[in-house]
Amino acid sequence: MNDAQKKIDRRMFLRHSASVFAFNAATLALSSAKAEELRISDDPMRVPGDLPRPYGTRSPFESLTRTNGAGPGAPHGWANNASNNVNSLTPLQALHGIVTPSALHFERHHNGVPTIDPARHRLLVHGLVDRPLIFTVEELKRLPSTSRIAFLECSGNTRDGWREAQDVMVQDLYGLTSTSEWTGVKLSTLLEAVGVRREATWMLAEGSDAAGLDRSVPVTEEVLNEAMICYGQNGEALRPEQGYPLRLFLPGFEGNINVKWLRRLKLGTAPFMTRWETAKYTDLMPDGKAYQFTLVMEAKSVIIHPSGQQQIQPGFHEINGLAWSGRGKVTKVEVSLDGGRTWSTAHLQEPVLPKCHTRFRFPWHWNGQEAILQSRSVDETGYIQPTREELVKVRGTNSLYHYNAIQSWRVDRNGRIWNIYA
Amino acid sequence: MDAYGTSMHRRFLRYVGASIIVLSCISASWSGEKASEYEGIGRPATDEEIRVWNIDVSPTGEGLPPGEGTAKQGAQVFAAKCAVCHGPTGTEGPKDRLVGGQNTLQTPTPVRTIGSYWPYATTLYDYIRRAMPFDAPQSLTPNETYSVIAWLLFQNQIIAEDVVIDAQILSKIEMPNLNGFVPDPRPDVR
Repeated sequence: MNDAQKKIDRRMFLRHSASVFAFNAATLALSSAKAEELRISDDPMRVPGDLPRPYGTRSPFESLTRTNGAGPGAPHGWANNASNNVNSLTPLQALHGIVTPSALHFERHHNGVPTIDPARHRLLVHGLVDRPLIFTVEELKRLPSTSRIAFLECSGNTRDGWREAQDVMVQDLYGLTSTSEWTGVKLSTLLEAVGVRREATWMLAEGSDAAGLDRSVPVTEEVLNEAMICYGQNGEALRPEQGYPLRLFLPGFEGNINVKWLRRLKLGTAPFMTRWETAKYTDLMPDGKAYQFTLVMEAKSVIIHPSGQQQIQPGFHEINGLAWSGRGKVTKVEVSLDGGRTWSTAHLQEPVLPKCHTRFRFPWHWNGQEAILQSRSVDETGYIQPTREELVKVRGTNSLYHYNAIQSWRVDRNGRIWNIYA
Repeated sequence: MDAYGTSMHRRFLRYVGASIIVLSCISASWSGEKASEYEGIGRPATDEEIRVWNIDVSPTGEGLPPGEGTAKQGAQVFAAKCAVCHGPTGTEGPKDRLVGGQNTLQTPTPVRTIGSYWPYATTLYDYIRRAMPFDAPQSLTPNETYSVIAWLLFQNQIIAEDVVIDAQILSKIEMPNLNGFVPDPRPDVR
C-alpha cells in the first residue's frame, strides 16, 4: 500500500467514524479521546474533505444538548420513568441570535411524543360551522400559507422563581422558552373554509397524543388575526416533539394552549373547561381564588451571558440576553450592574419582532468587584417587567405559573455567578 | 335508542339537512355573499365521523355518553387501574393527589385536588376518558368511568356512597370550588 492509498484509507476510516458519531449525535457526547483523534487528522488543507450529506449534522466537536427538567419539584436529570420524563430544557446559555435550533427547542408533553404518519393524519373542524370538514395535511398545505418568527414559552418556565433561590444555570430556570419560524395556515383562513358562524366565541383544540390534550381558545380578534395551524418549523416539517404533522400556534400565548398533533377544532359558545384550564394552568392567589385563562405571557427578560454557575475573568464582557413579550414588541431593555439601583439602556439586536425573542447586548468591563446583574424589559404596551418583590406582593408564591420577575445574577469576587433574589 | 335514532329517521334528517345547505348556498349566491373560495379543499365530515371523534364533555354535560356507576363499583376500578399512581385512597401519590385538601388554598401549602380545586365535575369525565389510565388511555368503558368518578366524588365527600352517577346526575353536581376562579385580570402588577 503506497502513501496515497494509506491516506485515503485513513480518510475513509475517519469518515466512517464521523457518520457513526452523527448517527448517535442525539445521545452521544463525543469523548475527548475521539475528538482528539479527529482533531489530529491530516492538515485539512492537504486532504479532500467529506462529501455532501443528504441530511446535515453538526460538527462532532459540538455536544450541546437539552437537559431534562423532570416533573414539578423533581430533581433535574434524564428520567427513565415515562411519567416523570415530561419536559426538556433549551440550553439558552450557549445559543446565538434569536432562533432556537429545532433539535434544541424545549419540549413539554403530557403522555409522550406520538409517532404519526402524516398520510393518515386528519384534522376535523366542526361545531358552529356551516360546513364541518375533514382536512388532510396535504390539503392544508394547499391553502394560503404564512410564516412568522415568534417565541413559545411554557407558562411553567421559571416556576422555581416562586420558591427559594437555587444555585442553577439559566437553562434550568429559563429553558422552557424557544423561538422558531413557524409556517402554516392562518386560523382565519381555515374558519373561512368551514364557514364559521358568528356566534362562535370559543374553540376547543384537541391533540392526538396519548393525553388527548384539549384546550379552549377564545375566538378573539387577536386570535383570528394571529393564530396558525402549523406544519413548518424553521423551514422544514415540524419536529415530532413540536406536534408533527400539525400544531396550533397562538403567538404570545402560554405553551400549553398551542396544541400539538392537532386533530380536531370544535367551535362553540363557551369554554369547555378542560382539566388543563381548570385543575392546571390556573394561577392560585393568596386569597384562595385562582386566575383562569391567563393566556398571554407577559414581558420578561434574562441575561444569558454571564449567567448562573458560569465563571468569568476580570476584563471585557459583552452582557447579552433575551427579552420577549406576549403582548407585542420589546421596546426597551435596561441593564443594572448594581442590583437595580441604577439602570442603563441596552442595545436591541435587529430584527425586533412582536411576540418574539429579542437579543439585547450591553458592553461591560468587570473590575473584579461583586456585582448584581439584572435586566428589565418594557414592551410596546408600556408594561414594565416587575421586580420579584412587586410580583410576589400581588400574587403570593402559590401560583406556580407565569413567573416573570426581573432575574438577578450575583457575581462574586471570584467571578462565580449565582442565582439570587435581590 | 330513542325514537329519533332510527336509521330511516336519520336518513330523513340528513336529507333535510342537505336541502338546507343547498338552499343556503343558493341564497348566499343570490344575496351576493361570497362562498368559500377554498371549496374542494377538505371533504365534508359525516355525522358518524363527527360522533366518533367528538369525545369532549362540556360543563353542561354535553358529550356525556349513556352509562352509570357507583362509588362501590368505582373502588374496584380505582384499586385495579389508578391506585398504582395515585395511592390506595387517592391521597398518597406519587402522582397527582386526587382527594382531600379542602381549606388549604389560602395556606402556604395549598393542596389542589378534585375536591378542593376542580370547578366542574364534568371535567372528570372528559379527562379520565381521554387520558387515563396513563398506560392505557381510552381503555375504560363508560360504566367504569362513571364508577371511578363516583368513587372520587364520594372520597371527596361531594356525594353519598350510594349515589348512582350518570350523565344527568354528573352534570348537576356543584363542586365546592365552583366559584374559586376569576378571569385573567392582568396586568395586575404595577
